Amino acid sequence: MAVPVAFFGLFFAYPVAAITARGLKIDGVWRFGRIGDVLAQSDIRHVLWFTTWQALASTALTLLIALPGAYVFARFDFRGKQVLRAVVTVPFVLPTVVVGTAFLALLGRGGLLDELWGVRLDTTVWAILLAHVFFNYAVVVRTVGGLWSQLDPRQEEAARVLGASRFAAWRRVTLPALGPAVAAAALMVFLFTFTSFGVVQILGGPTFSTLEVEIYRQTSEIFDLSTAAVLTLVQFVAVGAILAVHAWTVRRRETALRLVDASVTARRPRGGGQWALLVAVLATIAVLLVLPLAVLVERSLDAPGFGYYKALTSDEGGIFLVPPIEAVGNSLQYALAATAIALLIGGLAAAALTRRDAGRLVRGFDALLMLPLGVSAVTVGFGFLIALDKPPLDLRSTWILVPLAQALVGVPFVVRTMLPVLRAVDGRLREAAAVLGASPWRVWREVDLPMVRRALLIAAGFAFAVSLGEFGATVFIARPDNPTLPVAVARLLGRAGELNYGQAMALSTILMVVCAVALLVLERLRTDRTGEF
Amino acid sequence: MRDAKLELVGATVRFGGRAVLDSVGLDVAEHEIVSVLGPSGSGKSTLLRVVAGLQPLDEGRVFLDGRDLHGVPAHKRGVGLMFQDHQLFPQRDVGGNVAFGLRMHGESKGQQAVRVRELLDLVGLPGARERAVASLSGGEQQRVALARALAPRPRLLMLDEPLGQLDRSLRERLVVELRQLFGELGTTVLAVTHDQGEAFALADRVVVMRDGRIAQSGTPLEVWQRPADAFVARFLGFENVTAATVSGEAADTPWGKLPVPSDARQGEVDLLVRPAGVRLVPAAEGLRCTVAARTFRGTHVAVRLQPEGAPWLEAACALRDAPETGDEVGVAFDAAEIVVLGGARGA
Repeated sequence: MAVPVAFFGLFFAYPVAAITARGLKIDGVWRFGRIGDVLAQSDIRHVLWFTTWQALASTALTLLIALPGAYVFARFDFRGKQVLRAVVTVPFVLPTVVVGTAFLALLGRGGLLDELWGVRLDTTVWAILLAHVFFNYAVVVRTVGGLWSQLDPRQEEAARVLGASRFAAWRRVTLPALGPAVAAAALMVFLFTFTSFGVVQILGGPTFSTLEVEIYRQTSEIFDLSTAAVLTLVQFVAVGAILAVHAWTVRRRETALRLVDASVTARRPRGGGQWALLVAVLATIAVLLVLPLAVLVERSLDAPGFGYYKALTSDEGGIFLVPPIEAVGNSLQYALAATAIALLIGGLAAAALTRRDAGRLVRGFDALLMLPLGVSAVTVGFGFLIALDKPPLDLRSTWILVPLAQALVGVPFVVRTMLPVLRAVDGRLREAAAVLGASPWRVWREVDLPMVRRALLIAAGFAFAVSLGEFGATVFIARPDNPTLPVAVARLLGRAGELNYGQAMALSTILMVVCAVALLVLERLRTDRTGEF
Repeated sequence: MRDAKLELVGATVRFGGRAVLDSVGLDVAEHEIVSVLGPSGSGKSTLLRVVAGLQPLDEGRVFLDGRDLHGVPAHKRGVGLMFQDHQLFPQRDVGGNVAFGLRMHGESKGQQAVRVRELLDLVGLPGARERAVASLSGGEQQRVALARALAPRPRLLMLDEPLGQLDRSLRERLVVELRQLFGELGTTVLAVTHDQGEAFALADRVVVMRDGRIAQSGTPLEVWQRPADAFVARFLGFENVTAATVSGEAADTPWGKLPVPSDARQGEVDLLVRPAGVRLVPAAEGLRCTVAARTFRGTHVAVRLQPEGAPWLEAACALRDAPETGDEVGVAFDAAEIVVLGGARGA
């Protein structure tokens, strides 16, 4: 317990507090008046308003599009379902930068729609909303569909027998059971879109800016730290509130539902209506999830003879001190280190949370672990720079800084994946081993490890994919001669010219393939006991 | 050096101020089979956990072979414990489960294989070594759990509700097998159960627990014939327990004057009337009762009799003598089947 707490204190709370203090403390005096001043500015109010309504709109749109998908995945049995389930999950682990790039290739200037019909959406809010749906489709399908597939269909049948119409049975029986899961998924989507950075940074242009993008702009372009600090606090409070509500709905979700094995509830679609629904969902997935990625790959191959990929190996562009392709190696190394750290910290935290004598304090820590998911990554990155540059903690020039920041985002995934499995291990099994002569360490190795091995691998995969795609914090602390893939993509996109654009597409494709492979490996390992994502 | 194999002295465990074990003293001799009997919540499982080292004592001492176990962790105590629901390791096969304790004690692969085969033969599952744990029936799981507990040759074997989840006929067969097996192996056994039939069939000595204390200890026959107090009598299934005042050879009860043995304790006592001591006589004679219910019990019929203005009585009748529900009968009492219980009145 002490290690995870120290880790979060040192590498999360301290940098965030340091940057906030830097912004709000002028000449050694706290200036809380700044909060009011900043919030009174009309452009800041505009950003707040846009952040909120785009998150609400994204959430509503995602639910609208993904709920039928959740139903289809839960209740229908069709050929290729397993593969399709993996396909819809790929976008969730894709780096935001890749998602932004893919939608740029589809909807932007010179994009597919532009070429075909002269339609461009990259300057409209639609591009952002659609990218958010793309990104979060899997959240709804997994969270809601996962529960839906385990609801006993006989409950609805019981209602039918008691005289309820098909719709009434669904509304009175299934919907109330699903309600908490829908709410939890909606909150997750809201959280992710509320703090959206990479997507908005790339697709938003000068017109649209979320809080997170604004914090980045204020710190790195305008150097207005106090405004950034105020915005960080605002986001912190908002995210804290969202997480509190989320924790509450998750708890409600766990209340006394009669669940059955998912494999017995699905059956082949029957009748025209059900087939139409299945086809509609498949079409949606094809257009919304597969097409952008396909276009991305297609654009990266636009130059003859893999030209863009070849260009990645030369350093003539002069954007970096090294050929862009080296970003692949950097990213992999950083992600591996970050995964190791996240597994260690997350594993220790999960073990501490599983202990039966865990008190209120420890369980409160459970909720706190989720915080890095929602707190401005930009703030964390910048906080690292200003807080960890003095002895004894002068990490600024060491490579470990990047993995540390990335691990912060990975830890919540590790904890979420490990907790349900660890909690499911019967304590008396450990006692049985102890009585048979196993020392505590042997007990862990002989009883716990075999059971959590799969969960551990899955957690590692998630942490790896998330670290690989981390952008907000890394963009600050990655050194120019050691860029990661998302950082390199963003820099390439920031430059004019066909070659840079093509190289960005090529790098994004590489990043996507690495993430997708990691995920597909995971999908094979996935246990029935899915985590809370 | 103390004589007993296992000795508990003043063992006390408190959960949040409530004593789950309240100053328990217990000896188990070498090769003895002791059954701890009690309702759920009486502290009997805690007793086993204390001996196994899974539950620290708040006060008192545990000695095994004369050695104080204070501070000795569970994995170094050398006792065996068979869990209530077996707790077999699901990811290992039968052989892996039985060999677990041997591996922990660093025995060679060859020795392990020999011992596993020996034990599986012993519990009647030869050739089951490679079977998956999930494919076993309840009775087979119970046997594997027993083999696993016996494999490292524990100095003391403890069983927590060993037959709890099995169906009745299997339970009755296995309890006989177990007693035979322990007798042959000379194992010292401490078993806990809530089922009196199981305890009486298995044990050399029965210990009845109530609220963390030992209410009675004795051979099955002693406990059955002379329950220590009203609690033990009721727990053993006797219904006709009442408060009484004894003077001379008569006891004053709600059912009238009852004859008691001449050596009975005098004064305010608890009295047990065994069902066999409730004799039916013509309605005009003895205590007038209405037959409220009758239950067929195989060898006899249990008849529930409702006297006027007194608690109901249970009588045991032969099938052909049993009255019909609603009949009016008279009741006479047999002094030989009436026991004046020890312990405080109203316990």
